[in-house]
Amino acid sequence: MATVTFVEHDGTVHQVDHDEDGSLMEIATNHAVPGIEGDCGGEAACGTCHVIVTDEWAGTVGPRTGREQQMLEMSPECEANSRLACQVAVSSAMDGLKVRLPEFQM
Amino acid sequence: MNTTDGVLDRAKMTAQRKVQSTIPVQQQVRAAHLMDRAKRRLGMSEQLVFSETPIPDAADVPLTELDVSNPFLFRQGKWHSYFRRLRDEAPVHYLADSPFGPFWSITRYEDIRAVDLDPDVFSAEPRIILGHAPINVEMFIAMDPPKHDVQRKAVQGVVAPRNLKEMESLIRERVQEVLDGLPTDRPFDWVERVSKEITARMLATLLDFPYEERHKLPYWSDAISGTAEATGGTTDQDLFYTAIGDLARSFMALWHDKAARRERGETGFDLITLMQSSEDIKDLIHRPLEFLGNLTLLIVGGNDTTRNSMSGSVLALHQNPDQLEKLKANPSLIPNMVSETIRWQTPLAYMRRVAKQDVHFGGQFIRKGDKVVMWYASGNRDERQFEDPDAFVIDRPNARNHMSFGFGVHRCMGNRLAEMQLRILWEEILARFDRIEVIGEPTYVQSNFVKGYESMTVQVTPKAQ
Ligand code: HEM
Ligand code: FES
Repeated sequence: MATVTFVEHDGTVHQVDHDEDGSLMEIATNHAVPGIEGDCGGEAACGTCHVIVTDEWAGTVGPRTGREQQMLEMSPECEANSRLACQVAVSSAMDGLKVRLPEFQM
Repeated sequence: MNTTDGVLDRAKMTAQRKVQSTIPVQQQVRAAHLMDRAKRRLGMSEQLVFSETPIPDAADVPLTELDVSNPFLFRQGKWHSYFRRLRDEAPVHYLADSPFGPFWSITRYEDIRAVDLDPDVFSAEPRIILGHAPINVEMFIAMDPPKHDVQRKAVQGVVAPRNLKEMESLIRERVQEVLDGLPTDRPFDWVERVSKEITARMLATLLDFPYEERHKLPYWSDAISGTAEATGGTTDQDLFYTAIGDLARSFMALWHDKAARRERGETGFDLITLMQSSEDIKDLIHRPLEFLGNLTLLIVGGNDTTRNSMSGSVLALHQNPDQLEKLKANPSLIPNMVSETIRWQTPLAYMRRVAKQDVHFGGQFIRKGDKVVMWYASGNRDERQFEDPDAFVIDRPNARNHMSFGFGVHRCMGNRLAEMQLRILWEEILARFDRIEVIGEPTYVQSNFVKGYESMTVQVTPKAQ
């Protein structure tokens, strides 16, 4: 069992306990976290699963890939730690992971 | 196209590029028009004209000759079986001969997504329709990165969710006005009275276009996107040039008017204000074909699409009364119903790409320079992706996975606006009407690109008070 915390733009906190291996997008949508849509089913093709990784987790989560970069750049809310949640594989080593959500998805 | 013709066309394009910055755009449009007229008179080019004949059943046509570019395929309801056969038997299909030249058709969901995601191999340039347009206005929907990205970023703020929040109440008021003015005692044309009217109001708001002249917007859009050469439509070339010339003149004037108002300290959240405040494109007026391209893109992009999803939603709910009951019992399903409508309708049937290199794809060998058409209309009905894909199910769990907005860097910029527009429409419909009955059959647009309705007669029943 591991925990991920999603913080909405208005500060609302969603703490999700999960024991699945999968992408951060899948964990969010499986637990109905509002504000993460995943329209393309996880192919870095729609940009609707944008999250901003908190500084303390950025190193563990790692940088975005080329295609992610292309999609994220189109969002006015893109920040240095922005990732597409569907491209973040969550492992048990990430217990306690915390990400913020942008105000709007693409 | 014969070679002289090709040379003339290339000369026309080079000339267009050269004069872009020096000659007023109306004159450029006129020059291109004269050139085309001269070519026609000399017998060097002919206007394509399509006349409708019954389309044979998919099963009766040899696979290699299956032509999904026929502009009557949607109207005659043959598209389901044609695309199903392609998905099953030739998901990456080559048609050697069509009125639009040879082209590849990609018809399965996953393959379409893969092509859309690979702009390095599959280029959106020089245009995204199957045929060719009389004049090459430059739009970022038909540009590859990095040029595409710069232009898109400069204008996307106008339809960004933050801006939409500002516009929502204005759009809602305008929708309410339209619905409140509808006759309830006799049938009327939903396309004209509602879909077209609301779209024109929405676009006028977005562009801060003179409100009384808003009907010009759908008129221009139809004329520009509907030439036979481009999409198998019914606009003749003279009409096309008149429309694009008018549009250019109007928007040049609007640009200068807005600039003057800006000087006086007026602010706004419309497209032109946004362009004028962007460092990257505030001088766009000096690149008239690009200026024209960006405006045309928003006008055409926001027009047929939203209009036909509005009409489509009424038709789909008329044909599926159980779904309407479900919606009335649970209005929180509206957003998912909106996505399902956009999937079911697929207002734009495809986007076209051109292979930039030889490539093996889906077991086929696609050569550099070949046209590749991504048939979203087929991907949205792919049994491999959607259960019972032809059914209209407002609470379909994966309705949002539809590909009507495309994927990748060109993913529709107006998607949130389109969804908002439809959501507001249905919130206001449910507040007023018990049902909207479609009388007879709607008439369908002649096009291989726009999947939509010319007219749809309806009778509305007000809610019992
Ligand atoms: C249901 C309504 C709509 C549908 C189905 C639709 C569909 C599409 C599609 C298929 C693309 C190309 C995607 C690709 O190549 O991968 C696109 C791009 C675009 N759409 Fe829409 N559209 C809709 C509404 C709108 C509206 C309301 C606007 C603006 C007012 C708009 C503006 C644009 C623009 C500017 C692009 C170009 C984006 C780019 O190249 O980066 N669309 N749309
Ligand atoms: S789900 Fe589409 S980009 Fe992540």
